[in-house]
Amino acid sequence: MNLEAQVKPAPAAPMGLPPVWQRLRSAWWPAWVVFRREIKDTLRDWRIVAPIVILVIGFPFLANFAANRGLAFVNQYGASLIIERLLPFLMLVVGFFPSSFSLVIALETFAGEKERRSLESLLATPLTDLQLYVGKLLAATIPPVLASYLGIATYLLLMGLTLNWWPPLSLLLVSMTLSTVQSLVMVSGAVIVSSQSTSVRAANLLASFIIIPMAFLLQAEAGLLLFADYTALWLIALCMVVVNMLLIRLGAHVFNREQLLGRDIDELNLRHAWNVFWEAAWPRHGLKVLYAREIPAIIRGMRPELLITAVVILVGGLTVGAWGIQRFPLPVEAFDLSEVRNLETIGSMVTQSGLLESFSPWAVFFNNVRALLIAGGAALISLGILALLLLMAPVAIIVYIAGQIGGIGVNPWLFLAATVLPHGIVELPAAILATAQAMRMGDVMLSPPEAGGGLDGILRESGRFVKLFVGVVVPLLLIAAWIEARITPTLLLNFLGR
Amino acid sequence: MIETEGLTKAFDALVAVDDITLTVRPGEVLALLGPNGAGKTTTVRMLSAILKPTAGRARVAGYDVATEGDAVRRNVGMLTEAPGLYSRMTGREYLDFFGQLREIPTPERHKRINELVEWFKIAPAAATSSTGKHKNVLDRRLGEYSKGMAQKIALIRTLLHNPPVLLLDEPTSAMDPASARLVRDTIAQLRKDAHRAIILCTHNLPEAEALADRIAIIRQGRIVEQDATPALKARLLGPPLMEIRLAQPSQNGVVALIERAIAGYGAQVQGAGDTWVRYSTPDPAATNPAVLQALTASGVAVMTLSEVTQSLEAVYLRAVEETV
Repeated sequence: MNLEAQVKPAPAAPMGLPPVWQRLRSAWWPAWVVFRREIKDTLRDWRIVAPIVILVIGFPFLANFAANRGLAFVNQYGASLIIERLLPFLMLVVGFFPSSFSLVIALETFAGEKERRSLESLLATPLTDLQLYVGKLLAATIPPVLASYLGIATYLLLMGLTLNWWPPLSLLLVSMTLSTVQSLVMVSGAVIVSSQSTSVRAANLLASFIIIPMAFLLQAEAGLLLFADYTALWLIALCMVVVNMLLIRLGAHVFNREQLLGRDIDELNLRHAWNVFWEAAWPRHGLKVLYAREIPAIIRGMRPELLITAVVILVGGLTVGAWGIQRFPLPVEAFDLSEVRNLETIGSMVTQSGLLESFSPWAVFFNNVRALLIAGGAALISLGILALLLLMAPVAIIVYIAGQIGGIGVNPWLFLAATVLPHGIVELPAAILATAQAMRMGDVMLSPPEAGGGLDGILRESGRFVKLFVGVVVPLLLIAAWIEARITPTLLLNFLGR
Repeated sequence: MIETEGLTKAFDALVAVDDITLTVRPGEVLALLGPNGAGKTTTVRMLSAILKPTAGRARVAGYDVATEGDAVRRNVGMLTEAPGLYSRMTGREYLDFFGQLREIPTPERHKRINELVEWFKIAPAAATSSTGKHKNVLDRRLGEYSKGMAQKIALIRTLLHNPPVLLLDEPTSAMDPASARLVRDTIAQLRKDAHRAIILCTHNLPEAEALADRIAIIRQGRIVEQDATPALKARLLGPPLMEIRLAQPSQNGVVALIERAIAGYGAQVQGAGDTWVRYSTPDPAATNPAVLQALTASGVAVMTLSEVTQSLEAVYLRAVEETV
C-alpha cells in the first residue's frame, strides 16, 4: 500500500459544459454534497421522520373530522358561512404544523453538529462559509416545505372527498404561498439561531422567538380568511418574502467558522450588558452636552432610517388612505358635524370613540408615549418593519378621514390645517424620530457582532432609543398633547364657525 | 512548511494562544505538549484556518492562514481531538462524503479509500449484523463502531487527499495497543516523505518522544520550551547520567577512583551504593572510556556501564512546573 499516492483534485466541472455552467457547478458542487448528506441523514432519523409523517397524514384527518363536525353543527343554525370561511384556515394550519415541527432539523444543523463534535472536521475542509451555509440551509428548508405541501394536499383531498369542498384557485395560491414563505422564514431564522447557539438545548429555547410570532401571524391570517381578504394575505406573504431575504442575508453574514467554533458556552454577562446599555442611555456629560452633541450625533447616525421612515409613512400612509377612500367610502350621514357644538361635545365624542379615556393633555400624551414605546418593542421582533407600519397607520387614517370630509364638501386641506397641523407639526417629527431609532434597533439585529451588531449592538441602540425618547420625544409629545387637547378643539370650532 | 510568528488568539478577555513562534520544516514532526486548556487545540485550529489569529501571522504549505484559508484547508489534513463522525452514515459513505468535499475524482476516491482501509486493517473483517447478514465493517453505521475503529476512520478521513501538512490531535487516543502501534508506524512512514510537515498534539509522552524530531511545550497559551528531545533533556534535567554496575560489592576507594578519573571532564558523582556508582557527564564519549580504563587498571570488575534513561515525562513536568 502506498500512503503517498498522488491524489489529484477532480476537474471543477465535467468538460463540455458551457463556461458559465462550469463555474456555477464548481462553485455550488460542495454545497450540493453537503445538502445531499444532510437530507439522507434526516431521512434516516425516525425520530424526525415519524412525527412529520404523522402530522402530514394524521393531522389532516383530524382537521377534516373537525371541519365535518363543525359544519354539521353550524348547519343546524344556518350559519354555515362561518365554518366555510374557516376551512381555508385549517388548510393553513395543517401546512403550518409539520413545517414548524421540521424546525428541529434547522435547529440541529449547526448546534447539533457542534454538540456531537462532528462540525470541526467539516470546517477543516475547503468548503467556503457560504457553501456550507447554503448546503445546510437548503437541507433544512426542503423537508419543512415539502411536509407543508403534503399536509395541505392530504387535507384538500379529504375535504374534496368528504365535503366536496375544493378551494378556489386564488385561495389555493395564496395559501400555498403563505405556507411556503412562512416555512422559509422559520427555517432561515432557525438556521441563524442554530449557528449562533452552542447547544441544541440553547437553540431549542431560542426557537420560541420564531414560533411565537409565527403563531400570532397565523391567528391574524385566520381573521383575514374569515373576511376573505386575500389582498391583505398577499401583502403578508410579500412581507414574509422580505423578512426571509433579510434573514438569509443575515444568516450568510453572521455565519462564519469563527462564530461556530469560537465559543464553547453561552455566557450572559449581565453586568457588561447593563454597562453597554447605560453607557448609551445616560447623559454622563450633562444636559448641555446631551443637546449640543449627543442627540445631534444620534440623529446624524440614523439619517438613512429617518429618510426611510419619512418616505414610507408619507407615501405608504397616502397610498393606503387613498385606497381606503376608494374601497370603503362612508355615507354622508357618518359625518354629522352638527354634533360638534362646543369643547364639551368634542371631548365626549373623543371619549365615546374609545380612543382615549378622557380628552386631556395627559391622556393624549400617555396614549402617544405608549404607542411609540410599543413601536420600539415591535421593531425589535420585526427587524423594524412593525414600527414603520404602526406609524403609517395613523397617517393613513388621517388621509382617509380628510378624503371622506372632502366628499361632503368640506375643504380637506383647511380641515387638516385646523385639526392636525397645529399639534402634528410637533408630534409627527417626534414620532418619526422615535420610529427611525426603533427601526435602527431592528436593523442592528441584521448586523454581525463585528459590524456593531450582536447583543451589544442591540443594547447600545436600545440605550440610544431611551436617550432620544426621554431627551427629545417626550418633551415634544408633551407640547403636542397640550396643543391637541387645548388648542386644536378651539381651532376646529372656529373652522366650523361655532 | 509551517511557520508562525507571534501567533495570538484572544476570545474577548481570554488570551488562548499568546505570541507563538515556531517552524516545522518539510519532513519534520513537532510534538506539541501541554496541559489541558494550554492552547494546543486553538493553535491547531488557527493553523488549519478554522479560527483567525487576532495577532501575528502563520503560513501553512505556503499559504497565509488569515487570508488564504481555502488554500490552507486544501493542503492540511486535520485530525480533530474527537473523531466526531456522523453516526447514521456508514463508514464508506462517510469517507466518500469527505472525498467528494475534497473534490477527489470518483474512481481515484474509491481506490484511495480502499487502500487506506486496507492499510488500517479495517476492511477484511466481516461482521454479522443484527439481521444475521454478513456485512463489511465499512458498510456498517458509524454509530456501531468502537472508539478505536472510529479513530481509524477519522485518520483515514485526514489522509484521504494526501495532504502535505498534517495536524494530528491525539491520534492514538482510545486505541488498543496494536492499533496505536499501527498508527505510530503510519506516522513514522508519513514522516519519511520529505515533503510532509506534521504537528502532533498528544498527552502520550513516550509516543511524542518516539515520533517527534522536536518538542514544543505549551502552557497558558505560550510556548515555554521548544527543542529536540536530547537538548531539552540536557537543558532541563542536566547532563546525561551514567551508571556503573560492579560485578562484586564495592570495595573501599572505588568512588574516589571514579572521581579522580572524571575530574577533568566536568563530570560529577551523583550517588553510590554497594554495587553501583552514578555520575553525570556532559561528554559521555570522553568520560566513559576514562572511567572504564581507571577501574580496569585498578582491578575492579565492571558488570555494565549504561546511561540512566531520563524520560520526556520528567522534562515535561519540569518545564510545566518551572513556569507555574
